[in-house]
Amino acid sequence: MSLILIFLAVVVAIAFGWLWRQGILAKPWLETGVVGRFPAADPSGARVAKVGLAVFLAVVGSLFALTVSAYLMRASLGDWEAVRMPGILWVNTGVLALSSLALETARLAAVRGDAEGMRAGLLAAGATAVLFLVGQLLAWRQLHAEGYYLATNPANAFFYLITALHGAHVAGGLAALGRVTWRMERGAAVAQLRLGIGLCATYWHALLLIWLVLLGLLTNWVGDFVAVCRQLLT
Amino acid sequence: MVDVTHGEPVPGVPGSAAHEGGELDLYHPKSWVTKYVFSQDAKVIAIQYGLTAMAIGLVALVLSWLMRLQLAFPGLLPFLDADHYYQFITMHGMIMVVYLLTALFLGGFGNYLIPLMLGARDMMFPYLNMLSYWVYLVAVLLLVSGFFVPGGPTGAGWTLYPPQAILANTPGQQWGIIVMLVSLMLFIIGFTMGGLNYVVTVLQGRTRGMTLMRMPLTIWGIFTATVMALLAFPALFVGSVMMLFDRGLGTSFFMPAIVVTGEQAPYAGGSPILFQHLFWFFGHPEVYIVALPAFGIVSDLISTHARKNIFGYRMMVWAIVIIGALSFVVWAHHMYVSGMNPGFGFFFATTTLIIAVPTALKVYNWVLTLWRGDIHFTVPMLFALGFIVTFINGGLTGLFLGNVVVDVPLSDTMFVVAHFHMVMGVAPILVIFGGLYHWYPKITGRMLNPTLGKIHFWITFLGAYAIFFPMHYLGLLGVPRRYYEMGETAFVPHSVVTLNIFMTVAALVVGATQMLFLFNLAWSLRHGRAAGGNPWRATTLEWQTPETPPAHGNWGAELPVVYRWAYDYSVPGAAEDFVPQNVPGRDPDMPGHPVAEGAR
Repeated sequence: MSLILIFLAVVVAIAFGWLWRQGILAKPWLETGVVGRFPAADPSGARVAKVGLAVFLAVVGSLFALTVSAYLMRASLGDWEAVRMPGILWVNTGVLALSSLALETARLAAVRGDAEGMRAGLLAAGATAVLFLVGQLLAWRQLHAEGYYLATNPANAFFYLITALHGAHVAGGLAALGRVTWRMERGAAVAQLRLGIGLCATYWHALLLIWLVLLGLLTNWVGDFVAVCRQLLT
Repeated sequence: MVDVTHGEPVPGVPGSAAHEGGELDLYHPKSWVTKYVFSQDAKVIAIQYGLTAMAIGLVALVLSWLMRLQLAFPGLLPFLDADHYYQFITMHGMIMVVYLLTALFLGGFGNYLIPLMLGARDMMFPYLNMLSYWVYLVAVLLLVSGFFVPGGPTGAGWTLYPPQAILANTPGQQWGIIVMLVSLMLFIIGFTMGGLNYVVTVLQGRTRGMTLMRMPLTIWGIFTATVMALLAFPALFVGSVMMLFDRGLGTSFFMPAIVVTGEQAPYAGGSPILFQHLFWFFGHPEVYIVALPAFGIVSDLISTHARKNIFGYRMMVWAIVIIGALSFVVWAHHMYVSGMNPGFGFFFATTTLIIAVPTALKVYNWVLTLWRGDIHFTVPMLFALGFIVTFINGGLTGLFLGNVVVDVPLSDTMFVVAHFHMVMGVAPILVIFGGLYHWYPKITGRMLNPTLGKIHFWITFLGAYAIFFPMHYLGLLGVPRRYYEMGETAFVPHSVVTLNIFMTVAALVVGATQMLFLFNLAWSLRHGRAAGGNPWRATTLEWQTPETPPAHGNWGAELPVVYRWAYDYSVPGAAEDFVPQNVPGRDPDMPGHPVAEGAR
């Protein structure tokens, strides 16, 4: 459970830092009048949406930190037989990175007001994300063909569970991206789409980051890294 | 007092009294259905949450009656065999903890009070908020459907420990456990939708002048509990998914190689302890997810009904936040007998005892708030006082159980059952009642009948003690929990039988008294005394709405502006004994006032 505690420590540190800036040392009983620092007026609701996404990403982070914690706890037992990573995972990782990049391009284009660039970026991001999901399914098929069945041992089960959880989050993101794309195709102005694309891009980067951590874990790079650090220390 | 300005001026709206967070694009219901059924108004959603939670709570109440009847008069109810007993225990526990307490505090009180107390028109994501309730309702219906599936609901105990939760011979192993896990997952999804709303509304929806340190403690409690729930519920979600895989797809996340009634079960290599870690990583914060809103509400009730500012407001806020953070590092004190490393036991015992410090601080501050206050023994105040006493009781036995050496012999005895019922059953329920008596006039415009309320309070309060005080004694004698019947046992004296009968009679009476409360809720809706806008003469914003009950959008044309903290009661020199938060300060350098005396 160490990983989830590290994750929570980060969340708590951010929360306390924020509380500090919000004047948690104030003595409200001694003050009257209109005091305090407020969110700048923002009728578009962009700030609200961004804060909402940040909170949601904290929940997603907690979900994955807990899954990984469970994985590490089980993997530390002696009878662990790791899954042989299918090669296609590397391709999938590249595709997801491309998707993230494409969406970032779309976001920058939307900021510039470049409708064509935004459209290209959005469509590319959607296509590559779908491709990523297909690639993950192929990885499952490949493993299945090699005899790594879901119920054979806990290592297999964890592999399928972790990739499925991540895939479900990508699919959810695709639904949001699909909505933005649909609005674009219906002729919404760039300014109206800017917020949605920005939120999608943030979510995509977060999912890429989570995937890289998961991949490092599944390929045992994280374990190797920790072992090397231990050796250096001893 | 002095006028002060903190922070930087807001660009674009210098000195404007308009809402600085920008006006919300308010949703406008067009038909009866969108106004009262698929409503996006947080107040309607709050009432929907509240009614649903109370309805499912009644089911759990009846289940507790059945269990108590079996314990006092074994075999009295012919249909109640051992399987049913375990199923009723499981459903009772899960419903009360998750589907009643969590839903009512956060979905009910949270939805109603957050926008109103913060001066907002509604939640920040009203559509998501509506969806949250409907997903919750489906989760509840699915849970209830467990009674009608083949094999009935799961009887694995509310902790759903594997391996027995999904092994043959455990009642509800066929469908009950599946229905339970899916229902929990839905609940968590629904809660996450609501929880995002509560947090973002507190962060972004506050009206002008409402700094964090001017928020009523009710909001602090609900806010912190929501943050905790958003971070802790994923543990239950992951655990549920994994157990569902084990049950449905034959994986072995939690299932070791095991022989069941002479046959090898098709599992190998799973770790049951892993589930315990995940479950309690959710389960312990869950205690505080229920307790923190109760702490907050009780603070406001005491301050209002003792006509005195809350003692040590800053400490109260800090204590809430610190309790929230600490509650994530105590989970394994539920697992002292799971065979874990004694070093871990020492660590978790220490963190458990540390959490008693901010908790005790809160209790002292409540008592000091009462000290020389102008105490009005209204029904909400009675419930608030009942909470303090009960929480101290339950908290003290928690100190016993937090120590490994004391916990080991008491584990799995009735002492544990008595402890958690006192601290997270009776205590929060008393606050829920107090809160309902307090805010019912705002919700409906009418007062609840105080005589019925007082009868309700005294029977509930004394009755709960009649049930759970003797239960500690049974636990000390060694009477185990989760036993369908004790039979003839050498170490259990005959007096236990008498006590069990006494407790069961008390439970029946207390349960029946809740019907009086429901009657009061329904009767007062029509016949209660008209309440007016602010019957308790309270300072917080929800009592300052132009209409009672508050109309859609809460505030009429102009949003309120906040000039002071939430606890200006009995301010020396003020015309009345309360100054609402939206009344501007006139900075009187009043003689005797701490500011005038140079206390700053």
